[in-house]
Amino acid sequence: MNAALLIDFGSTYTKLRAVDLDARRLIGTAQGPSTVARDVTIGMNAALACLERRMGALPRFRYRLACSSAAGGLRMVTVGLVRELTAEAARRAALGAGAKVVGTYAYRLTARDVDDILALAPDILLLAGGTDGGNSAVTTANAGALARSALSCPIVYAGNRAAADDVRCLLADKRVIVTDNVMPEFNELNIEPARAAIRRVFIDHIVHAKGMDRARVACDGVIMPTPVAVMEGARLVAEGTAGRDGLGETLVVDPGGATTDVHSIASGAGTAGAVPLGLPEPHMKRTVEADLGMRHNASTIAEVAGIEALARDAGLSAAQCTSLLAAIASDVERLPRTAPERALDRALARAAVKTAVARHCGTIATVYTPTGPVTVQHGKDLSRIAAVIGTGGAIVAAPDPHAILSRVLADAGEPFSLRPRAPRLLLDSHYVLYACGLLATAEPEAALELALSHLAPLSEDPRHERAHASD
Amino acid sequence: MSAHPAERARRTIVTGVIGSDTHIVGNRILSMALEKAGYKVVALGALTPMADFIRAAIETDADAIMVSSLYGQGELDCRGFRDHCIEAGLDELLLYIGGNLVVGKQDWPSVERRFLDMGFDRAAPPGTRMETVLAWLETDFAAQGRARAPG
Repeated sequence: MNAALLIDFGSTYTKLRAVDLDARRLIGTAQGPSTVARDVTIGMNAALACLERRMGALPRFRYRLACSSAAGGLRMVTVGLVRELTAEAARRAALGAGAKVVGTYAYRLTARDVDDILALAPDILLLAGGTDGGNSAVTTANAGALARSALSCPIVYAGNRAAADDVRCLLADKRVIVTDNVMPEFNELNIEPARAAIRRVFIDHIVHAKGMDRARVACDGVIMPTPVAVMEGARLVAEGTAGRDGLGETLVVDPGGATTDVHSIASGAGTAGAVPLGLPEPHMKRTVEADLGMRHNASTIAEVAGIEALARDAGLSAAQCTSLLAAIASDVERLPRTAPERALDRALARAAVKTAVARHCGTIATVYTPTGPVTVQHGKDLSRIAAVIGTGGAIVAAPDPHAILSRVLADAGEPFSLRPRAPRLLLDSHYVLYACGLLATAEPEAALELALSHLAPLSEDPRHERAHASD
Repeated sequence: MSAHPAERARRTIVTGVIGSDTHIVGNRILSMALEKAGYKVVALGALTPMADFIRAAIETDADAIMVSSLYGQGELDCRGFRDHCIEAGLDELLLYIGGNLVVGKQDWPSVERRFLDMGFDRAAPPGTRMETVLAWLETDFAAQGRARAPG
């Protein structure tokens, strides 16, 4: 048998997916603890032993590919010039490269900014600023400030091309990788080269720095951060391969313990007549909502949604919700056991999914001009998207995933939000999206079939609808 | 501001139509003519807020901003434009405005005075020819060069 092993070194678990490449199906899943802090191979071996028990014997794996979000993920700081322009472009490039953006800075870095950056201890710093031939004074000043600091992480430079030589000289004592400008012309986004450079740094430096290269005895290499694997999986599902069509424009939502991630693989172009405003949107866009985490940030989900609304949705009193939220905050590992805890989790997931997707999607507004009303659009129009995939335990392990995932849908009460109107709703119930993203680097056809056969279509479950008639 | 000489060979000019104004045609003709005359043009298009002109000028290290306003609200939309530029560190930027700048029939010298007092270097009434604007730019950039030159 031709088989592949796809590994995710997560922050809590080391997850394995074994795939039969000829039959193009999942043949085994297993997980072990995450042991990156001590020795990554311990958790890996535990997971492999678990897989062996389940499968009888392990096949010989033709590919053993891994992604990782362990050891704090890929922590990045981004620096740009104008907050809404190159600073925002740099932030999007870092998010698209699967990073956890721990700090974003604009304009000239002050001594205090540099101290803050050192305290954040990023894995990579992305330095941008200025269009090509535009402002170079601020970017070179920032490079100088970083050069004089004790910052030791690799620096990816994706700013004004005209300043690249000066920046390279200033940062001669640091590891600096120069790539194309994230904004070569005004309001023109070019984040792919920066994403690729970040991924190279991840493979060349970060994997080693985090002790993940010890996994090499058990796998061929950690080739991307987990969010990139999920995004590449989504891209495959959306766009298909040369031999088989994909599902069309796709959105993925992943409410996790600390953040809610949303990925869209879509042009986001609006309907004819709408004037697009703001920075152009990337085709593959990832947003990370740091205030919407099912465990670490459950209380901020409640703040955003409003405790009364959350309680109503959960069928609990506000006081009950408040005390349950306090219990979660004091023990973030706690999984729901009682009926009220499960009801609160369901309401939290519904609120997180709705808010994260609403922030990811664009909006339209009407501007009244002396010559009549004009429609303007900010962000991506995802109203005509073909498929929405829900992934992560908060949706997949829920008794009624549809009740959570359907919160991505456009709401007649909010006509200016460009959320999906009538997509297919799919559930990543076997957690194959990351595995498909990894496998796509070696065998895209097999990866696509695997995804399409294991993503489960979701439809309304009438029993649950009755149980929550108050929705 | 020590960019590579080859990149700085061309002066950069930001153009756009300010406020809730959709009249883009004149601004587009202006942008094309500026480009043809050898300038690097950053065209922001219609419906552009003042803040966007300034952000674009910072990021592109622009030498001039040319604001179009055709719907009579220019005076309101441009209030404090020069101050905002100074606030953003754009001290030496040339600031031009042109179009139907005010409502109704008002005599041009008083309108021009008002906009020059607001800190614009030039104000162009309707019907101003492109040649005039290009000559202004040449004169004003040359004057800046003389002012900056040592001694």
